[in-house]
Amino acid sequence: MALLTDLLNLDLSGSTEKIIAEYIWIGGSGMDLRSKARTLPGPVSDPSKLPKWNYDGSSTGQAPGEDSEVILYPQAIFKDPFRRGNNILVMCDCYTPAGEPIPTNKRNAAAKIFSNPAVAAEEPWYGIEQEYTLLQKDINWPLGWPVGGFPGPQGPYYCSIGAEKSFGRDIVDSHYKACLFAGINISGINGEVMPGQWEFQVGPSVGISAGDQVWVARYILERITEIAGVVVTFDPKPIPGDWNGAGAHTNYSTESMRKDGGFEVIVAAVEKLKLRHKEHIAAYGEGNERRLTGKHETADIHTFSWGVANRGASIRVGRETEQNGKGYFEDRRPASNMDPYVVTAMIADTTLLWKP
Amino acid sequence: MSLLTDLLNLDLSDCTGKIIAEYIWVGGTGMDVRSKARTLPGPVDDPSKLPNWNFDGSSTGQATGDDSEVILRPQAIFRDPFRKGNNILVKSITSFRQVICDCYSPTGEPIPSNKRYNAERIFSHPDVKAEEPWYGIEQEYTLLQKDTNWPIGWPLGGYPGPQGPYYCAAGADKSYGRDIVDAHYKACLYAGINIGGINAEVMPGQWEFQVGPSVGIAAGDQLWAARYILERITEIAGVVVSFDPKPIPGEWNGAGAHVNYSTKSMRSEGGYELIKKAIKKLEARHMEHIAAYGEGNERRLTGRHETADINTFTWGVANRGASVRVGRDTEKEGKGYFEDRRPSSNMDPYVVTSMIAETTVLCNSNLSNGSK
Repeated sequence: MALLTDLLNLDLSGSTEKIIAEYIWIGGSGMDLRSKARTLPGPVSDPSKLPKWNYDGSSTGQAPGEDSEVILYPQAIFKDPFRRGNNILVMCDCYTPAGEPIPTNKRNAAAKIFSNPAVAAEEPWYGIEQEYTLLQKDINWPLGWPVGGFPGPQGPYYCSIGAEKSFGRDIVDSHYKACLFAGINISGINGEVMPGQWEFQVGPSVGISAGDQVWVARYILERITEIAGVVVTFDPKPIPGDWNGAGAHTNYSTESMRKDGGFEVIVAAVEKLKLRHKEHIAAYGEGNERRLTGKHETADIHTFSWGVANRGASIRVGRETEQNGKGYFEDRRPASNMDPYVVTAMIADTTLLWKP
Repeated sequence: MSLLTDLLNLDLSDCTGKIIAEYIWVGGTGMDVRSKARTLPGPVDDPSKLPNWNFDGSSTGQATGDDSEVILRPQAIFRDPFRKGNNILVKSITSFRQVICDCYSPTGEPIPSNKRYNAERIFSHPDVKAEEPWYGIEQEYTLLQKDTNWPIGWPLGGYPGPQGPYYCAAGADKSYGRDIVDAHYKACLYAGINIGGINAEVMPGQWEFQVGPSVGIAAGDQLWAARYILERITEIAGVVVSFDPKPIPGEWNGAGAHVNYSTKSMRSEGGYELIKKAIKKLEARHMEHIAAYGEGNERRLTGRHETADINTFTWGVANRGASVRVGRDTEKEGKGYFEDRRPSSNMDPYVVTSMIAETTVLCNSNLSNGSK
């Protein structure tokens, strides 16, 4: 396929100013990513300068056939690691022709919370640890697992190396560089406890950009697994039994928590989260009850607990934060299939706006 | 997968100053190497300028779940041969709690968290430092077919012809896995590891690389980084690497990690006498050394297959059946180095290198148990 690769890698800057913009949006299930591309006359770096677009919402469960147009509003631009050059990825959210956010548009409500002056003043930072599992195509069995059987028990796989312990590193490492290229604030990667499971971290990102960056990182990941012929799943408990689930732990801090005396502010915030445990859990991802069992480094879904360096708690505070008297905390409850717009905005809402 | 390769080989220096640092540490079994990566704002070439990090020790048998954070402290930097660019590998040690003073707990005991820390204490002793100990480590290893764990090149359910044709051989019927060995050689040179050479071993599917001469603690850092790079390469090749000292019982050579050693005095005029004195001290502590020279070594050190029996200490010039061998060159010139052939392939280089220095430089000749 030498000629196809030549064409895919064509550097168009020698022959035209035009660029390709891939518009990305979230579909009707709340987890399916969709995208399509269009040509623009020249490079763009400001989302407000990009044209709105539209798509057939009846094909994604987001509009009826007789009134199918859903409008795409560009919200964030990233460099396209697949087309490179001046080509871009554009994260969008979805509106009716009348300008109302459609029901599956979670970004709009989140943006409102983040622009609330009380929230904006506290400059909320997020570090999201996105876990995911790679599956063999067609059989949907985890990558590296023997077909019709299981690998040896968990223990050797976390951060491991070696052909019998680590499966899919090419995908993970190319995703890391692709995200850095794109301008996503990807801060690290590691192999997870269950073989075939991996994690990347995005952050620290401020306010609404956390959600934008995680969604685009997920998009880039699924584009890469598509190339690799492998399936990515964000299911929170892909294999029942003695196998770890997949979460999206969300690390959080505000300006007050990061300053001297911040530890007290953290404790107060954690107490507020405790009071709204059920509401948060309901918004933290479908199927989470299969993952939050109290085993495999999780806290039971019905109980709220917190502790320093405690990976069996709902919320964990790092030793460094305790020692320094300031820092951040980790909400370990969100599932890997959580919507980062919903979770980040809810944590800000509960800790900064909500009054018990 | 050409597009995946394009992404893997992306040169990020045009679009960002950020680099990727892969932190490497030894896990709970003492032989499992672990690693994870993080983004740093720009290039770093001094380990003391790298941030400490931490990991989930409960997932590597190094901590319990309710107090799971283990600290990673960077010790040595190597260039990353997989990500290239300004990206780096960072050999780190593990410790519990932030180390704020002289690494002693409130009760005055040194924190027993890692072998490197203990080795560094020996290597920073003024008497040892003055002697500038050099190490050349010959790391042997065996390549196995994935899923069957049978050596590569060996017929499934059977054996190749007896040993003889394979040592330093070429040919598809005698040499198995050269791509891995040669890729490893260049990758280590790229990384900045002082890899001295490679050769195919007596048992088919078994190979050796040498690291050195390295001074003091660097020997251990470089060997662990070289082992890490080797297992990353076998992962790419879909092959399993084993450091077991006797992977196949019977008439098949085991795998060792012979350690060549010299001090400043041994390398100077009259050094041969000091070598003989040092060997006598090693003889007096034979059982202590053997206990620290690797698990399963009794299956390898039988007195056959170019080894000395595990219960006996012997030495000789050009004698590959002895515990310690002195080269003919060293004998002739009256100075040089000697080779401790006892350590097994799964030895911890921090433990072995520092123990040899401790016994030969710090221990009194008259004591059989010696100490600092």
